[in-house]
Amino acid sequence: MGMRAPSPDQLFAYRHRPPKEKWVDQGFRQLVEVLASVVGVLLLGILLTVLSGSQQAIADYGFSFLTSSDWDPNNDRYGAFTAIYGTILTSVLSLVIAVPLGVGTAIFITENLIPLPIRHVLGVMVELLAAIPSVVLGLWAIFVMEPFLRPILQLVHQLLGWLPFFSTEPQGPGVTPAVLILVVMVLPIITAIARDSIQQVPVELRQAAYGIGTTRWDAILRVILPAAVSGITGGVMLALGRAMGETMAVTMIIGNSTKFSWSLLAPGNTISAMLANQFGEADGHQVSALMYAALVLIVLTLVVNVLAQWIVRRLSLKYN
Amino acid sequence: MAFSSAQRSSFQRSTLRFTAGLPRNRWNLFCTSLAGLFAAIAVLPLVLVLVYVLIKGGALISTQLLSQLPPAPGLAGGGIGNAILGTVVVTVVASLIAIPVGVGGGIYLAEYSAGGAFAQFVRFGTNVLAGVPSIICGVFVYGLIVSTRVFFDQSYSAMAGGIALAVLMLPTVIKTTDEALKLVPNELRWGALGIGASKFVTVIRVTLPAAFTPIATGVVLGIARAAGETAPLIFTALFSPFWPEGLFSPIATMSVLIFNFAIMPYEAQIALAWAASFVLVVMILAANLFARWLGRFA
Repeated sequence: MGMRAPSPDQLFAYRHRPPKEKWVDQGFRQLVEVLASVVGVLLLGILLTVLSGSQQAIADYGFSFLTSSDWDPNNDRYGAFTAIYGTILTSVLSLVIAVPLGVGTAIFITENLIPLPIRHVLGVMVELLAAIPSVVLGLWAIFVMEPFLRPILQLVHQLLGWLPFFSTEPQGPGVTPAVLILVVMVLPIITAIARDSIQQVPVELRQAAYGIGTTRWDAILRVILPAAVSGITGGVMLALGRAMGETMAVTMIIGNSTKFSWSLLAPGNTISAMLANQFGEADGHQVSALMYAALVLIVLTLVVNVLAQWIVRRLSLKYN
Repeated sequence: MAFSSAQRSSFQRSTLRFTAGLPRNRWNLFCTSLAGLFAAIAVLPLVLVLVYVLIKGGALISTQLLSQLPPAPGLAGGGIGNAILGTVVVTVVASLIAIPVGVGGGIYLAEYSAGGAFAQFVRFGTNVLAGVPSIICGVFVYGLIVSTRVFFDQSYSAMAGGIALAVLMLPTVIKTTDEALKLVPNELRWGALGIGASKFVTVIRVTLPAAFTPIATGVVLGIARAAGETAPLIFTALFSPFWPEGLFSPIATMSVLIFNFAIMPYEAQIALAWAASFVLVVMILAANLFARWLGRFA
């Protein structure tokens, strides 16, 4: 808005109008205000539903719910440590793998290393990957990825079985395949946000770097990436939130064991997988315990997402 | 800045030649190859998943498969007709709720809010809602609608599934509308005022049509995303081996069918899961390509 004119809102207010038109205007304004507040109502509703649902479990189990890994619906003893640990472990591990891959891909499709049409196709393909439903990825993971992976994991178990992380025989579903399918799911998010952040770095920085004689990769690694790092971090946090809440593909391949194990080759569990599996058939105390687990998941993702928004907002101040 | 001939001759061309063997150039080549490798790895899953779904699922597609009910466990044959119809029903219900509410919310943010505290809260809330895990939407609708039996004393229903998907779609629609309306030049609004339009008429007849293409693009992407969602449907819409019996009884959807049948020990069911994946992926990719095509007119 370069012009120093009154805003359209002010101009509308100056106008003398028949009462009917004013009522329509006022009514429409109130209607969209109400529609906008639906977001707040929904957030509040989600929080209240889960809070009230988990009331009983919070009273019964308190904080020991978070530290106990004893999940026994028959005796009404519930502890979600296995699932909480699984949620954090799978999402963090998947990011450890996906961040270098995603940032590398983003560099590859923003720098002019290869002709533009090929880069464009690569970019579209990564975006389409995000469109594939997670339940389809889960199906693929069960019948294609996991059978392919098993001999490799077998080898890892034989070579590194003395480490607690590889101490069990791989027997199909487990934490490792779940981590790998999560990598596939968060990769498009990280790539897209890393690409946007790299493209927002002012061209002068790159020119200055080339001007003092850096090679292309010196410029990328020492100038462009450091300048884009806060945007990329925001994207990584968003991806972390997504990975924590991701349900279907993980549920189908993680094995859904409520027993705790240090081994990455053993079946595990996540909060969302537990909800997907047990919520439909649960009643009484179990529903309450599951609601408590859902509350933990909400808090985890909320913290991560708010942090992500805060980081992204800090970035936008940097080069404007 | 002219160089004397003596200075010019002192620039030996040979010293400016690209020497591939220099450490910095080797490092450069190494990094380029590494980035290329990463990009290849990133694209690989898409190619593999598409190839498997298209080959394994595509081979099964027939009119019988698209029009029949799934078989009882252990029997062969049958189809996914009810699940295809169910996905359409649930997605339409979700769209009918999420599009009006979301477009309205977006209009408020872009046209009326002027960046006040309430608008900031709504924008923040939209981002938070977008980050809420989809399974939590399912838990919410279960607690709100399914367990309370508000609709004609029915528990699991197509309506509940549609509402859960609508909660999921809403942030996308709001953000898309907000951003699309903000791109409409203010001159259009001034022009509308100049010929005597009210604010309501301006929004409905001028700014909203001007922002139609980007809004439509975002909405199509949102619908495509919702159509593939499973987690919010498992314990809201549930599943049904029969044809849809109205909005207030359980309904089959393709995504839940894939989830349920993939873990069954029967060949016929697993084959149907692949077939449903094929139909779902083709629908969603088509919607994505359509949205891209729409985006060109923006």
